Amino acid sequence: MSDIFTEETRERARAIMARYPAGRERSALLPMLHLVQSVEGYVSPEGMAFCAEMLGITKAQVAAVATFYTMYKRRPVGDWLVSVCTNTMCGVLGGDKAYQALSEHLGVGHDETTEDGRITLEHAECLAACDYAPVMTVNYEFFDKIDADQALGIVKQLENGERPQPTRGPRLCTFKEAELQLAGWSEDRDGAVGEGPAGEPTLAGSRLAERFGVSVPGFDPNTPIARRDDKGAGPGNSVPPAAPKPASDGKPAGDAPTVGKESK
Amino acid sequence: MSNPSQGALAKLTPVLTKRWLSPDAWKIGVYERLDGYTALRKAFAAHPDELIQLIKDSGLRGRGGAGFPTGMKWGFIPQNDGKPHYLVVNADEGEPGTCKDLPLMMADPHSLVEGIIIAAYAIRANFAAIYIRGEAMHAARRLRNAVDEAYRRGYLGRNILGSGFDLDLVVHSGAGAYICGEETALLDSLEGYRGQPRLKPPFPATHGLYASPTVVNNVETICSVPYIVLGGAAWWKTMGTEKSPGPKIYSISGRVNNPGQYECSLGVTLRELLDLAGGMQDGHSLRFWTPGGSSTPLLTAEHLDVPMDFESMAAAGTMLGTTAVQIFSDQDCPVYATYRWIEFYHHESCGKCTPCREGNYWMARVLRRILSGAGTHEDLDTLLDACDNLLGRSFCALGDGATSPVTSSLKYFKQDYLDYIEGRKAPMFGAGELVGAH
Repeated sequence: MSDIFTEETRERARAIMARYPAGRERSALLPMLHLVQSVEGYVSPEGMAFCAEMLGITKAQVAAVATFYTMYKRRPVGDWLVSVCTNTMCGVLGGDKAYQALSEHLGVGHDETTEDGRITLEHAECLAACDYAPVMTVNYEFFDKIDADQALGIVKQLENGERPQPTRGPRLCTFKEAELQLAGWSEDRDGAVGEGPAGEPTLAGSRLAERFGVSVPGFDPNTPIARRDDKGAGPGNSVPPAAPKPASDGKPAGDAPTVGKESK
Repeated sequence: MSNPSQGALAKLTPVLTKRWLSPDAWKIGVYERLDGYTALRKAFAAHPDELIQLIKDSGLRGRGGAGFPTGMKWGFIPQNDGKPHYLVVNADEGEPGTCKDLPLMMADPHSLVEGIIIAAYAIRANFAAIYIRGEAMHAARRLRNAVDEAYRRGYLGRNILGSGFDLDLVVHSGAGAYICGEETALLDSLEGYRGQPRLKPPFPATHGLYASPTVVNNVETICSVPYIVLGGAAWWKTMGTEKSPGPKIYSISGRVNNPGQYECSLGVTLRELLDLAGGMQDGHSLRFWTPGGSSTPLLTAEHLDVPMDFESMAAAGTMLGTTAVQIFSDQDCPVYATYRWIEFYHHESCGKCTPCREGNYWMARVLRRILSGAGTHEDLDTLLDACDNLLGRSFCALGDGATSPVTSSLKYFKQDYLDYIEGRKAPMFGAGELVGAH
C-alpha cells in the first residue's frame, strides 16, 4: 500500500464507516470512493485497494462498484470538471451548441482532459434543473441559463486562473475539494451554505401566489389527530399488514418513475 | 406581462412552497419562527399508529412518480418483529425534466428533516438516510447543514425532545446513476453495491435496507407530512381530487415565458399551467409535452384540458409521473427528442436485464439512422418490436419508461419519422457520424 493515503485520510474513512449501523460499514463505500477522489482526483488502483483494506472486502468488489457510477473517474480529472447538460430539454434550448463550442475551444471530447491537465470536459445527463435550462456545472456548481458564448466565457476565465461565480453556489473550489464535500464533509467556508436567494424560476409560483394574495384556506395547526379506538393496543397489536401488491398489477410499491401497464 | 386568469390563479396552492420567499428559511432559527418543528411536537403527542392512520386518511400518494398511497406503505412495515426498521428518502432526482426536489431541499431543508423524524417515529425506525444524487452538491450542502443544526437543537439523536425516541440521520451522496432513483437499486447502492434493481417481491416493506423492513419515500412526499400533521387529513383533502388529494409541485420547463416551479392543486390542467407560466414564448406554439418526465408518454395540444392527476393522466394513456412538464413547440423535433431520451436510457441502463440493456442500445442506433436520413420503413416496425420486448420484461421501471417516448412519438408524430425516411426533411446527422448504426 502506497502512502498516498495519510493517517488523516484513514481517520476520515473510519469516520465515514461510523455513520452507518454497526456491521453495515460497507455502506461507506460510495462516500469512501469520493474521499479517494478528494485525494487523487480520480479512483486509481491504489484508491480501490485502500477502500478494500478499510472495509475488509476484495479489490474486485470495490472495482465492481467504482466502474458502475459516472462520477467515479478512472483517469485523472483536471482541477475543473466542466459538465454541460445535453439531455433533451437543455440540448434543444442551446446545451448542444454550448457543448460543441467548448469541445472545439478546448480541443477535447467527452470525458477528456486538456493537455495541461487543468480542464476536463463532459456532457452530462439531466441535472434536475430544467427550469434553468440550459445549464452547465463546474465541479458540480451550477451555471444557469447559459448559451454558447457564456459557456466559453466561463471556461476562458478558468483558463486564465480566475474562478467564475456560479449562479447558485459559493466561490468555486477545486475538483478534489468538491469530492471531500461529496464524501460528507460539511462546507465550512464562510457563507458557503448561504449562497444567496433562490433564482426566479424556483420562486415563480410563490411570487404569483404572493402578488395575487392566493393562500389555502382552512389551515388550523391545532386540528386534532384522531385517536385510536382505545383498548390498550400497543404498537404491535395492530392488524397484520396486507401483503404488498405485486409489481405486475401496474402499481409498483416504488417511487421510481414508471409506466403502469394499464396505461398501455 | 399579462396576468393569469382568476381560474388559473385559483389552482395555486402554496403549501410546501410557502416558506420559499422567506429569506434564510433554510436556517433553523428562521424555520422555527415560521412554525418549524411544531408538527414534530404534535406528532410526538400522538401514538405512531395514529400517525400512520392520519397519513392513510389524508390520501397522500407518493410524489416520486408511481403515486403509491403513502400511509399504506407505512402500514406495511411489520411491527414488533424484532428487526430494526429503516426510513430512506429518495432524493436521487434525475428523471429528465424533473426539478422539484432540489429547489425544495435548497429553500426549505428543515421541512424534509422534520418530515423524516415524524415518519421514522411512525414506522419505528431509529436510522434514516437521505440518498441525494451526487451532482446535487449545492442541495446536499444545505441538507448537511440542516441535519447538523437539527442535531444541535436536539431534534435528532438520543431521546428527541424528551420523547424517548432516538433517530440518526445520514445524508448520503450518490455518484451519478439515474437507476438509483429506482427504490431497490437505491437500497443496493446505499448498502455499498452497484445500483441494480432487485426482483420484487420481496418488497422493501419486509426486505429493504440490510434486508430489514424499510420505507422508501420521495422528498416531496416526506415534506408533505408535517403539513398533514398540522392541518389534518380533511384540510389536505380540500386540495386536489378525490383520488389524488393535496397540492403538488409542477415543474414547467421549455418554450414558455416563465419556466419554474408552480405548486398547484392536483388536477390542474396544462392550459392553466401555461397561463400561470406566462404562456408560450413568442413564435412558438405547443406541439408536444411530457406530463411527468421522459418516462411518461408524450401528450399533444389536444390534451390541454386533461386534469393532471394520477387517474386522468392514466386515462389519457400516460402517467402523472413527477409532474415534470416539459414543453416543446413546433420548432422542436419529436424524433430528435425521442432519440436523445433513448440515448439517455441507453447510458443509464444498469445492464442487468437483457431487454433493457440491448433494447436501448439498438433503439438509439435505429433512431440515429432515421435522423441521418438513412432510415427505412422497416425501422419503425423494429422500434415498436423492441418496445414490445422491453415493456414489462425488465426488473424495474427504467426499461418500461424507455418505451414511452418511442411508442408515444410514433403514435402522434409518425409523419415526422416518415419525413426523415422519405427524404422530405433534411438529415440531422451526417453519414460520417453513423458509426455502428447499421
